[in-house]
Amino acid sequence: MSNGKYTLVEAVNLALHRAMRDDDNVVVLGEDVGVNGGVFRATLGLREAFGFKRVLDTPLAETMLAGLAVGMAAQGLRPVVEIQFMGFIYAAMEHLVSHASRLRNRTRGRLSCPMVLRTPMGAGIRAPEHHSESTEALFAHVPGLRVVVPSSPARAYGLLLAAIDDPDPVVFLEPTRLYRMNPQPLLDDGRRLPLDSCFTLREGRDLTLLSWGASVHESLQAAGALAERGIDAEVIDVACLKPLDLDTLAASVRKTGRCVIVHEAPKSCAVGAEIAASLYERVLLDLQAPIQRVTAPDIPPPLYRLEQLYLPGVEDILAACETVLDYA
Amino acid sequence: MSLDLPYTRYLAPDGRPVAELPGWADDFNLLTRLYRQMVLTRLFDLKAVALQRTGRIGTYAPTLGQEAIGVALGSLMQREDVLVPYYRDTAVQLLRGVRMEEILLYWGGDERGSDFVEPLAAQDFPICVPIATQALHACGVATAFKVRGEHRVAVTTCGDGATSKGDFLEALNVAGAWQLPVVFVVNNNQWAISVPRRIQCGAPTLAQKALGAGIHGEQVDGNDILAVHDRLRHALERARHGKGPVLLECLSYRLGDHTTADDATRYRSAEEVRQAWQEEPVKRLQAFLVAQGVWDEGREQALLADCQVEVQRAVENFEAAGVQPLGSVFEHVYARWPAALAEQREMLEERLARRQGGEHHE
Repeated sequence: MSNGKYTLVEAVNLALHRAMRDDDNVVVLGEDVGVNGGVFRATLGLREAFGFKRVLDTPLAETMLAGLAVGMAAQGLRPVVEIQFMGFIYAAMEHLVSHASRLRNRTRGRLSCPMVLRTPMGAGIRAPEHHSESTEALFAHVPGLRVVVPSSPARAYGLLLAAIDDPDPVVFLEPTRLYRMNPQPLLDDGRRLPLDSCFTLREGRDLTLLSWGASVHESLQAAGALAERGIDAEVIDVACLKPLDLDTLAASVRKTGRCVIVHEAPKSCAVGAEIAASLYERVLLDLQAPIQRVTAPDIPPPLYRLEQLYLPGVEDILAACETVLDYA
Repeated sequence: MSLDLPYTRYLAPDGRPVAELPGWADDFNLLTRLYRQMVLTRLFDLKAVALQRTGRIGTYAPTLGQEAIGVALGSLMQREDVLVPYYRDTAVQLLRGVRMEEILLYWGGDERGSDFVEPLAAQDFPICVPIATQALHACGVATAFKVRGEHRVAVTTCGDGATSKGDFLEALNVAGAWQLPVVFVVNNNQWAISVPRRIQCGAPTLAQKALGAGIHGEQVDGNDILAVHDRLRHALERARHGKGPVLLECLSYRLGDHTTADDATRYRSAEEVRQAWQEEPVKRLQAFLVAQGVWDEGREQALLADCQVEVQRAVENFEAAGVQPLGSVFEHVYARWPAALAEQREMLEERLARRQGGEHHE
């Protein structure tokens, strides 16, 4: 932080400090989150400020992390778990799918699971294998979970506070590529952002660009390039992938008649597919062109020399925009 | 360090003492209460199986032969403790205040069976079907106790098969690392569906798994309620007073099928099961009480009649429950059903209207 400006990871840290100050039930746990402050420093200073009883350096076991959080949350704590990278989150999957997401339902509301599971997501930082995935769709498919992806420091701050407050389990995915990009002014005012709305970052009449996570930045750049050619693109950060704010998305596409969906995850069965299908159900007759998707291919994230090719770039987004704009 | 862990048995299969009994074993009020509960559990369990056989409930996991473990545990847990059970825990659940009709509703496919109305069970977990995952939830509950400085114990149960899973071992590991107030009760009933104990694990005892986690482990005869009660009491006290977790392996035998959907004659011999019946826990305690002169045929008949009435009343309540409202499948998925998903709820309401309208398409 400098001059009241924060990067995304600093905003996460700021929100964690705020949440722990405001509510004694908030407990942070994970691998290296205590003394080390987290491998990305997202939990920096928490141990010093709130003590070892509320900032727990755990044994190295991701299944255990998720299982512990279920038990703690059922007892009324608000555990915030850090999974070190999204590539290691799958060991936690059984507890998310079979327990966290349905504890409330399985007990008729007697017990609940107000936990947050945070993890860095996505490619683009030249990391080793298994450190670059975007598998948000796996979680968005699960009834009872919320899935949230911030794409700016302000949204990271406001959405994380809301996620910690939320009475249900939230998977909170932080785009690693944005962690240290563009510090932005941020007021530590404790203000929460809604968990079931998307964010219209730029209004426009000619086409709608839908994205989330790090790809929001390329989408905004593409919109800037289109503006120079007199084309007015609306850019929406979907941000909350489950549940989806389809009303806002449909209203935008109804207005523009053209839609390009941009995401870093592989194409098949991704959240982009869900959005496209839902839009076709709602606004088919308003569409001037088939919806286009700009995504990663259905391959594992490549080792880092080819990862920029794997990621959707500005020129790829512009090509998809040409397709929907030129459609007869 | 020796790998030999303590093994406790007080009563032989015929009910005769084989060791000096613990001091509390002359509390015949307590022992007859435990006996009564074991008999009630067994009659209820047999009734549940009969209800499944006649199509009135769905698949059910019988607790036949496991009564000593569950009854000892249920009678020893304090009100403020938290039970994190597996799915063969009818005996404990009944003592925690879960009602028989709730258990029947649950296995009978009705969401309302998960609504434990009894305050004693208010913080207990529901039964856990995915094997061994509950062990970690218990450690989470125990972590909460520890964070808040409360003298409460989380108790979790599982079968012998569950000790093979990573969740179980990760739970033991964190319990040891953090010295959590948790007790792991392993009901080693010799069979994980069709897989026998001897090929489940290469360790001579399952209790030894405690050693690798740096926690206390021991074995008891799970058919001897004196032994289970005595060692569990020590385990709970130890955990409650911050002296660390305990793994108690209770050696029993699954006298019934794994569930009503299983047929155990496919994989084990009638002779083995006949032998196991010689060891079973209800007859063992009964023989001891008779030998002590505190139980007789008259009391037995009166008890059976009482228990039958209680079970029958529960069956009647279960059958009188009526149809659950459609909303029951939506109302607790999220704290509030998200507006963004409103149309999915409407979809099910329309579907219901269509079916009630008589348009059945098989």
